[in-house]
Amino acid sequence: MQRLPLCAEACEEELASTSSLESNLEGLASVLEADLPNYKTKIIRILCECVVKLPEKQAVYTTLVGLLNSKNYNFGGEVRFLADLVNCRVIVAGSLLALFDNFVEVTLEDNIPQVRSDWYVYAVLASLPWVGRELYEKKELEFQKLLVTIDNYISKRQKIHVPALQVWLSDQPHPQEEYLDCLWAQIKNVRSNKWLEKQVSRPYMAFDSVLCEALQHTLPQIIPPSHNEEIMYPLPTVIFRMFDYTDVPEELAIPGSHAIERYLIEEHLSHIINTFHLERKDCAAALLSFTTKNKIPLDYMITEVMFGHLFRLPTSPYLEIMIGSTLIELCKLQPKSMPQLAQATEMLYERLDTMKTPCIERFANWFAYHLSNFQFRWSWEDWSECTQVNPLMPKPKFVSEVLHKCLRLSYHQRIKDSVPESFQDLVPVKPQANYKYEEEGSAQLPGLMTAHQLLEAIRSKCTPEETLVLLKEVPNPLADDTDEPSHHPLRIDVFVSTLLHLGSKSFSHSFAAIAKFHYVLKTLAESEEGQICLLKTMYEVWSTHPQMMVVLTDKLLKTQIVDCSAVANWLFSADMAADFTKNYVWEIMHSTIHKMSKHVEKLQKEAEEARDLLDAHKKKIADGLDYDDDDDVPTEEMVERMEERLELVQNQQKRLFLIIFQRFIIILTDHLARCESESMDYQTPWYKWVIERLQEVFLAHHGLVFRYINTLESLLFTSDIDIHILEEIIEYHRQGSNSVMIQKDITKMMSCLSCDFSIINLTFFILIYAKRNKTKHIIK
Amino acid sequence: MSLLKPALGSADISAYRDQHFKAVVQTKTDSYITGSRTEQERLLLESSTLYVGNLSFYTTEEQIHELFSRCGDIKRIVMGLDKIRKTPCGFCFVEYYTRTDAEMAIRYVNGTRLDDRIVRTDWDVGFKEGRQYGRGKSGGQVRDEYRSDYDEGRGGYGKIVANKIRPRESL
Repeated sequence: MQRLPLCAEACEEELASTSSLESNLEGLASVLEADLPNYKTKIIRILCECVVKLPEKQAVYTTLVGLLNSKNYNFGGEVRFLADLVNCRVIVAGSLLALFDNFVEVTLEDNIPQVRSDWYVYAVLASLPWVGRELYEKKELEFQKLLVTIDNYISKRQKIHVPALQVWLSDQPHPQEEYLDCLWAQIKNVRSNKWLEKQVSRPYMAFDSVLCEALQHTLPQIIPPSHNEEIMYPLPTVIFRMFDYTDVPEELAIPGSHAIERYLIEEHLSHIINTFHLERKDCAAALLSFTTKNKIPLDYMITEVMFGHLFRLPTSPYLEIMIGSTLIELCKLQPKSMPQLAQATEMLYERLDTMKTPCIERFANWFAYHLSNFQFRWSWEDWSECTQVNPLMPKPKFVSEVLHKCLRLSYHQRIKDSVPESFQDLVPVKPQANYKYEEEGSAQLPGLMTAHQLLEAIRSKCTPEETLVLLKEVPNPLADDTDEPSHHPLRIDVFVSTLLHLGSKSFSHSFAAIAKFHYVLKTLAESEEGQICLLKTMYEVWSTHPQMMVVLTDKLLKTQIVDCSAVANWLFSADMAADFTKNYVWEIMHSTIHKMSKHVEKLQKEAEEARDLLDAHKKKIADGLDYDDDDDVPTEEMVERMEERLELVQNQQKRLFLIIFQRFIIILTDHLARCESESMDYQTPWYKWVIERLQEVFLAHHGLVFRYINTLESLLFTSDIDIHILEEIIEYHRQGSNSVMIQKDITKMMSCLSCDFSIINLTFFILIYAKRNKTKHIIK
Repeated sequence: MSLLKPALGSADISAYRDQHFKAVVQTKTDSYITGSRTEQERLLLESSTLYVGNLSFYTTEEQIHELFSRCGDIKRIVMGLDKIRKTPCGFCFVEYYTRTDAEMAIRYVNGTRLDDRIVRTDWDVGFKEGRQYGRGKSGGQVRDEYRSDYDEGRGGYGKIVANKIRPRESL
């Protein structure tokens, strides 16, 4: 039994050991051979695990299996499925080719999402760097046939999703290629090079004489399981590129974008990150000890892969802080590579004009975090041009968002002092509460008296009820217009600004104030108009402190003082127009959508579980198995109530999206109308920010948007729209969605926004409609 | 690196144990106060609260929120205060809604910088009223009693050293 852990460790140790790989493998093979009769299952399990978790080392394990197979035919018969095993003479080339054929045949299936065929083709293409040469030598004709089928497939694929996934709007200086297109180009390259590549380690070459005598296995027929709605396939991606050979010192050439070595290195680096992403120090160390580190510009390639993960759309596969903290570890381990990271930052900065808004936001968040770990030192002077242009342009906007995030991690004076004088306009103003009832010239303000009474009362620890009594004195300005005002703006203004002012010392003070006067806030903000008014008052107090607004909105939502829809309406309101393109507004927007989704998910899970419990219990009773009164089983009424509640929040969620899209349409329509009347180009910096935020909402919440697409369509483009316009819109959507059958949710939406013009078209339809009717917007 | 057992790695509970630990254990028939190691360890393994140390006295709740919210949704932050002066004394508790988010903070924040200082994070059994105060004789944290270095972010010299220096200066 003592030997058992030994073989596991031996498997690991050969990776670390300094003596030659070949001699280690030979030693290990003889150890394992002795153990085989007793621990066969265990050894196979460990080998499978090694292959799955360390695919970049697969050649080591295939060689090992090859050696074992040559000694003991029975063993190899049970390890399947590795293309490399063909190289090691374990598997017959022809049977692997048959497997590949089965995979590629998936492309001929009807009515399947494209992601399914993509995935099977990818599996084949990704194995070819290893086994291509062998297949070419042994089965040239059949192999050729396979490649022709793949080529046909690649050329007829839909790629409507690509623009939505690209980090940059422009293919200059580097094309942002779709992953399968790129890999196919790389494979075609290595094919024209007679399948010879320079990256894969092939330890079995040394054992050729032994291996060629072994008995080979034929893989059993493996047919891919047929498609059903439940199966999820990986989503397509776009290959992120920021460097080519001109960026890298001459002595180390970076493989070209269509060289198979580029793919192999990137794949390997991504895999290291995936394996070690929970341990940033190990991750950095593993990346820097890359096997062929001396032959490639490793620092550049790591930087490119790391930023590729950070900017991946719609969402980064890892927490952004994982990328950030690992980059810090890389800098610590390799102080030399700081210049590379600075160079990368410069390049990203230079390419900001065509970078997508969500990526600019992630870039700014990362950069501020990175600077906070390096004393906020940066050569800002190099960027001083950005202080001379329209502050809504990407570069000045990026800088001011970075400085804002730096401020959140530090303090105002520090950030002010860390940038040159010319940058002062981009430094955010010092965050502080603005309490108008104590400012000069406040004497004329209605409600002033009550505000001062409230200040006194709350300071001397009055009860919530007492504040309501004081507020009774305040007249409602809305009362003149209507008999039943929806809310009381002045009361809300007086109370909320006074409360926030008193709690302004810190987050905790504000939270405590909200908690104590929860009842008052809830009473004042009963209607949605009241809630929006409350949020506007908060903005008036805290407009210089976005972070405070982010956490306060979060708290108001969690304590159910305001609803998600009120937050969305507030963010789109005219009062927020000045801040509308600032990142914090979208931080609030996304967190609001996210909170709503979490809530729906939770209720859905609860309702489903309760329903299952009840059904199981009913079945038991029907079968006469259980007559005990079980406390845990919910009653029919309870389950129904849960389901009603779920339906209610699902409707709220639907309404939230509806509001967001309606408001987008309105502000875009306004913009287009204004530009037209002033004969201006509508492609302004503002327009770019807004249209890309709209795309971001579509893309980031694509699953939900898709779920509600029919309702959204029918409600957004209601029957009072001219019937012809409606038809055109519906037709547009049909075209966009039916021509592609990619994964059930994502691509339908993506196809609608794959290029700007779909939404531009939509907005133009609305615009024409709005003009023709010379009426208000469609919202009401 | 072990391939066989997925370890918690850096998010595992550390060897440090709070010597003042006390907990009320509820059983079906009884409730009693315990300081037992097993109980403490059980709580540490379930907690979603972190102790955060080596902060500057000047670091604010806002800054801590900005950094730690990058790892997940924060439930609350309790600033550590000087028992006597009621001013921040260089530590805090950060409580997340989930254990996973707290784990991410240990993985990605521990050992990085905030206000130019290396932040230290560790699992905590969960905040109880009273624990926000420093346990040092002079009101701050115990470590600031005995320090012999000069630390500008933490009130200069350690309290004992500072007291020795002061009379000499006044001569």
